[in-house]
Amino acid sequence: MEQMLLNRVGKAKSAEIDAALKLGAYAALEPAFRMRPADVVHEVKQSGLRGRGGAGFPTGLKWEFCATVPGSEKYLLCNADEGEPGTFKDRFILEHDPHLLIEGMIISAYAIGATQGYIYIRAEYPAQRDILEKAVAQAYMRGYLGSNILGKGVNFDLAVHTGAGAYICGEETALIESLEGKRGQPRMRPPFPAIEGAWRKPTVVNNVETLAAVPFVITLTAEGFQKIGEESSPGPKLFAVSGAVNKPGGYELPMGTTLRELIFDHCGGISGGRRLKAVIPGGASTPMLTADHLDVKLDFKSLVAAGSMLGSGAVIVMDDSTCMVSAAAVLIRFFKHESCGKCTPCREGTGWLYQVYRRMLNGQGRDGDADLLLRICDSIQGKCFCPLGEGAIQPVLSSIRYFRADYEKCAGGGCGEKVCRPMVH
Amino acid sequence: MISEAVIERIRKTADRYPERRAALIPALTILQDELGHLSLDTVRSVAEELNVPAPEAFGAASFYSLFRWKPSGRHVIHVCHNLSCSLLGAETLLDHLGKKLGVPEGQATADGRFSFERIECIGRCDGAPSMLVGKDSYDNLTPGKIDEILQQYT
Ligand SMILES: Cc1cc2nc3c(=O)[nH]c(=O)nc-3n(C[C@H](O)[C@H](O)[C@H](O)COP(=O)(O)O)c2cc1C
Ligand code: SF4
Ligand code: FES
Repeated sequence: MEQMLLNRVGKAKSAEIDAALKLGAYAALEPAFRMRPADVVHEVKQSGLRGRGGAGFPTGLKWEFCATVPGSEKYLLCNADEGEPGTFKDRFILEHDPHLLIEGMIISAYAIGATQGYIYIRAEYPAQRDILEKAVAQAYMRGYLGSNILGKGVNFDLAVHTGAGAYICGEETALIESLEGKRGQPRMRPPFPAIEGAWRKPTVVNNVETLAAVPFVITLTAEGFQKIGEESSPGPKLFAVSGAVNKPGGYELPMGTTLRELIFDHCGGISGGRRLKAVIPGGASTPMLTADHLDVKLDFKSLVAAGSMLGSGAVIVMDDSTCMVSAAAVLIRFFKHESCGKCTPCREGTGWLYQVYRRMLNGQGRDGDADLLLRICDSIQGKCFCPLGEGAIQPVLSSIRYFRADYEKCAGGGCGEKVCRPMVH
Repeated sequence: MISEAVIERIRKTADRYPERRAALIPALTILQDELGHLSLDTVRSVAEELNVPAPEAFGAASFYSLFRWKPSGRHVIHVCHNLSCSLLGAETLLDHLGKKLGVPEGQATADGRFSFERIECIGRCDGAPSMLVGKDSYDNLTPGKIDEILQQYT
């Protein structure tokens, strides 16, 4: 497939506005401004573009909610928090093609009627933040940001806002709280941000990759965009592959590429000549799959049918030397650390799960630990304020479902392989 | 205690938002970069500058894991210990750093040069195991490679 989102990535000085302009940046602005804002919303709706941040919500529909609320003070927020373990896809755009993101944001802001935008970027991306700030300054200098953009009467101001280390701030309502200078704890929904978001004004929150796809909806038209990928999830998709593969990295492929093609054709297969044991297909909070699932298509619908989720498109590959109890323990330690503490099932439940895992990895596993873990999951499932708690139990549930044998080995003093201690402290 | 230049930067940051309070986290980040770590006093002065009740400002600040409340090394090393990095040896790197620097996690070395901490996924899993030293990132680490990298920092 022709590279779109990563087209300028890897080309000389691609983050600089001069080089980017020569490579076609900002070309979608003129045609977008020739359309009425409502027509841009309509075009994005028709394109079938779905959010790339994890939930897959139809982008045009979200914009329409926001655009149709009366009032002139609206905000566009770009979610560049990229905190889901395994995920590093947005990094390529932030680092090598910030002007594609800015171009997408200008068009989105025009469509929804926002005159102010913020890019919320994680503090763990300090170099990318500097690149982004420079790109924003350059875009202002060339008249792509600020007032009367391209002399077309469009106004849009954009600023970069940096977080300070909190995964939950990637959840859109927590992101808004954090942007406002508060603890990053999720808000009750409804009202949804599109109706009442940042500073209680209608707000659209979109992922970096979603916004970066918008210029292509304009240049290819909705019809052209739909021809890429799968009917139910059109467009190009970035996959971030890590773990036990020969060529880890970021790959832009059509939605609907199979797991087998991704791992074996694109990533050069499993490293060290080993065999595949498990794959997390969409980031830490999506259920793991096994070698039996290699023919599953990577798109929103097919992965749900296979019992998992596309999530953020972060594929973590584990080979047959990996103990799944250790792997799940690492992820539970993460969720326990990142639980925002607002609701009890998540705050306490993730702590209990971690306690059991620690005991198991310390050589004190017992018969029935897997069932104990499942009971704790049961007290979390469906009882949390936001999706973090639900995501936290997925590595536990799926690793027990497919690899119960690993848990059984842990009972009665451990398996003696000494792999767990080097993996979890 | 806070220099006029820093106050000016904080004011400029606050101008970018409809409500000044939004500059709280960015302002604390500026101060941490300047002073090495935060204290109750720094939070109080920022809260005053931005018109936020001090307890609320402290409540917000304490939520974020990258704020530090005790002296750190001049160069803070953040080693990722999430899944992709763990699969490829993050714990071995942490053990190595502990021995090499002779301090526990989070404590500055006697010469004040370094401190090291674990961190959750830093979005460099394709280069696992990876770490940040200040703003610089390093991938595909081994204990030997870490030794070489740290020589560049004075
Ligand atoms: C715990 C949690 C963490 C999230 N982290 C991110 C993130 O880092 N980046 C992101 O774009 N979306 C993240 N999301 C999803 C956002 O809430 C939101 O759905 C998304 O930013 C909407 O943009 P999209 O429609 O373009 O995907 C997260 C959700 C949850 C529940
Ligand atoms: S589920 Fe967890 S992260 Fe979400 S609100 Fe409850 S405690 Fe916070
Ligand atoms: S798991 Fe270490 S950078 Fe992502």
